[in-house]
Amino acid sequence: MTAEATYLRLDGIHKSFGKFEALKDIALEVKRGELMVFLGPSGCGKTTLLRIVAGLESQDSGVIIQDGKDISGLPAIRRDYGIVFQSYALFPNLTIHDNVAYGLVNRRQGRAAIAARVQELLQLVGLPESGPKYPGQLSGGQQQRIAVARALASAPGLLLLDEPLSALDALERVRLRGEIRALQQRLSVTTVMVTHDQEEALSMADRVVVMHTGRIEQVGTPREIYGLPATPFVADFVGKINVLPAVAEGEGKFRVGTISLKSGCRDIAAGTAVKLYLRPEEIVVNANGAASGNTLAATIGKIEFLGAFCMVGITLDAAGAPSLVANVPRQTVDATPLEHGQSITVSLPPAALRVLG
Amino acid sequence: MATPAAVLPRAMAPAVKAHVHWHDRLAQGLLLVCCLSLIVFLLAPLATILIKSVQDKSGAFVGLMQFREYFATPALRSSIWNTLWVALTVTAITVPLAFIYAYALTRSRMPGKIIFRVIALTPILAPSLMSAISFIQWFGNQGAMKWLLGGVSIYGPLGIILSSVYATFPHALMIILTALLLADGRLYEAAESLRTPRWRKFLTITLPGAQFGLVSATMVVFSYTVSDFGIPKVIGGNFNVLAVDIFKQVIGQQNFNKGAVVGLILLLPVLLAFVIDWIMQGRIQAQFSARAVPYAPKREPWFDRSMLAFCIAVALFLLAVLGMAVYTSFIKFWPYDKSLSLRHYSFGLIDAGVIVSFFNSLKMAFFSAVFGTMFIFGVAYLLEKTRGMPWTKGAVRLLAAVPMAVPGMVLGLGYILFFNDADNPLNGIYGTMTILVVSTVVHYYTSSHLTAVTALKALDNEFEAVSASLKVPFYKTFFRVTVPVCLPAILDIGRYLFVNAMVTISAVVFLYAPQTQLASVAILNMDEAGEIGPAAAMATLIVATSIVICVIYAVLTRLIVRRTQRWRAPPAV
Repeated sequence: MTAEATYLRLDGIHKSFGKFEALKDIALEVKRGELMVFLGPSGCGKTTLLRIVAGLESQDSGVIIQDGKDISGLPAIRRDYGIVFQSYALFPNLTIHDNVAYGLVNRRQGRAAIAARVQELLQLVGLPESGPKYPGQLSGGQQQRIAVARALASAPGLLLLDEPLSALDALERVRLRGEIRALQQRLSVTTVMVTHDQEEALSMADRVVVMHTGRIEQVGTPREIYGLPATPFVADFVGKINVLPAVAEGEGKFRVGTISLKSGCRDIAAGTAVKLYLRPEEIVVNANGAASGNTLAATIGKIEFLGAFCMVGITLDAAGAPSLVANVPRQTVDATPLEHGQSITVSLPPAALRVLG
Repeated sequence: MATPAAVLPRAMAPAVKAHVHWHDRLAQGLLLVCCLSLIVFLLAPLATILIKSVQDKSGAFVGLMQFREYFATPALRSSIWNTLWVALTVTAITVPLAFIYAYALTRSRMPGKIIFRVIALTPILAPSLMSAISFIQWFGNQGAMKWLLGGVSIYGPLGIILSSVYATFPHALMIILTALLLADGRLYEAAESLRTPRWRKFLTITLPGAQFGLVSATMVVFSYTVSDFGIPKVIGGNFNVLAVDIFKQVIGQQNFNKGAVVGLILLLPVLLAFVIDWIMQGRIQAQFSARAVPYAPKREPWFDRSMLAFCIAVALFLLAVLGMAVYTSFIKFWPYDKSLSLRHYSFGLIDAGVIVSFFNSLKMAFFSAVFGTMFIFGVAYLLEKTRGMPWTKGAVRLLAAVPMAVPGMVLGLGYILFFNDADNPLNGIYGTMTILVVSTVVHYYTSSHLTAVTALKALDNEFEAVSASLKVPFYKTFFRVTVPVCLPAILDIGRYLFVNAMVTISAVVFLYAPQTQLASVAILNMDEAGEIGPAAAMATLIVATSIVICVIYAVLTRLIVRRTQRWRAPPAV
């Protein structure tokens, strides 16, 4: 049998806690070997969904197919996965070796085989010397890696990561997300990770599932999620974005206050109220004729220096036009200094304007 | 099917049929058994009291007739008032004493804090009636310092109050001490930086911080005094209180139905105190942040010295009570021949055969500690760490809280009424060691349960989930991880049950048979027969045993902590 492209399939998953509907009709496919991230604010249902995949919660209805087998009703202990929790849940009274070997012991392997496997795993996560130590003697990042090693010990088909990095400090978090991603790609183990940190999601995932109030808002690659948000929620939640209320005029034109903006989106009937979304880094400041269209007169407001770029407040001069925020690269600001109150021209590139209901 | 399941409305979508693994079934089955045990050994006996109170001796329903009869008897009616005012007086004395003592231990830099703490806890090691015997030796008819009372008799309310203050002091102290130790040092630093005087810090930080501890201590002292049977029995004279009334009705007059009525009346104030405490504790949540910094008192010579003086006075009082009992056990014939001898031990206990009851007590305490700890910790584990059965869990949680609100006399009465019934299939345990062990474990259930739950809550919630993902059955993780990590709490429960089983009298006084007589009951009987010397000797033996157990506990705990401090060590940064 050839390996199917889809490793994990969820269909029609519902879950309620009393009157609260935690998950509404979730359908999803995870491909073999990919790292999929469930992203969303707290309470969106992402952790519940992960726990349902793990069999730690049971769905009210819906089907879960893992590797071609229906596991919808199987208890956790009969499913095939390894899991890493936010708290790591390492057993404090057992050594690192015994923690990693915990699931191997009852597989009737020889002591030597187990020891070799444990050593292999510790090597894999870069802590080969830590076997005789206790979890309390390791730093948070090291404990986290041991938790990954323990989850991978029996070579499960699926790795589940529940906010694995959120208990770490900022530096360690950035380092470890690279390490986990590299490890996952090396072993090409199908992985589902839950996080509320969009940067983490965008940097690690093959595909991201954005969730909101128990529903899936969008599934896509990090680039799609950021560049082509499918819903207002995704646009708002992932990255910073300017929102302009507008009315469609047909032919790809939209009226914002007293001005008319062009956009690449042509198939919206005239008179429809919509919202235009524009990333701050897409706005071109000091556009001198050569710009790509939608060139407008504007006044600079507050300027915040943020290192790599400046966050610049911009008020369009036309009556009724909203304020915008633009991210201007440091080099650009260095070349032509910007000042509060200065009159400039800005361009809102039509191709970058995203129109959503 | 034409329509995929995904688009069916929720109500129509087929529900998932979950396969429950036999591991989960095992856990759920065990929990059900535990719930049933609590129903049989706690709820059913209490319910029987309720039923018996509305029946006459022949078992016919008589409504509230028993109650009317009770209230028509002036002697019985006066017991209610007696019980209440004595308990209120004891509370009004003990709680402030314990508060100042705890304040000295936590907010001053006086020397010898550890010794003062140990001395303050000694009353817990003795049966409550030991203090009554001791006060009789001090102030009784032939008392060493009878003249101090100027003609007022110690037999009666005065004796009950003094003895009860002694017996309840450590209970109040421990609760208030915990509350004061929780204080956040940063609050005091902030107050100091605002130049707040001591009295104002006391009123605005210390008291509000300790108020829930104070309420709790008040309720515990009140309940203890209302429920206690040993003290008024020994030193109460003709002064009637409810706990002794039950005893008289049941043992003296064999009137179980009237006993049930008194039992219900006794239950009321204790239940009320429990409910008040419970409501107040519900509001305590989130009062202290997890990052509280412990308070470190500064040196203040005048304040430290006055606190020291106070603690010395209280400690001397406590030592005088314990010391008198021990002294009495070693002198030949009070008050005529005060030479030291062991004859109360050799003749009074061993030759008289009473020593058997001491061994019975040891056996009972041992079984209670072993089986009680296993049961209580097991139940707490099933409640906290297994999935499913929310209704059963709710019921068990509620049942676990009930014993705190039930006086021992009432529980013991319920046991007679329920298990002494020939139609009860469990009738066979009546008069055996088993019923003594079970009643003791149930009587002291709540505190032990809370200790176990607290320890289990401190564990990572995902241990069981991780085990399942690693295909390791939950019971294996229970023995390999949960029990070792909770061992200090488990030992604590064992010690608590052992020491209380050694000193308890109220529930078991109804339940012992001649061959299972316990040490505390023997003290009561010897005191009744006027054999104060042997009674004191028995009390001394109990105290000595409890001390040994506490020392063993301390050593074991220290060993465990030393053995495990490798994994308790803070992370190497």
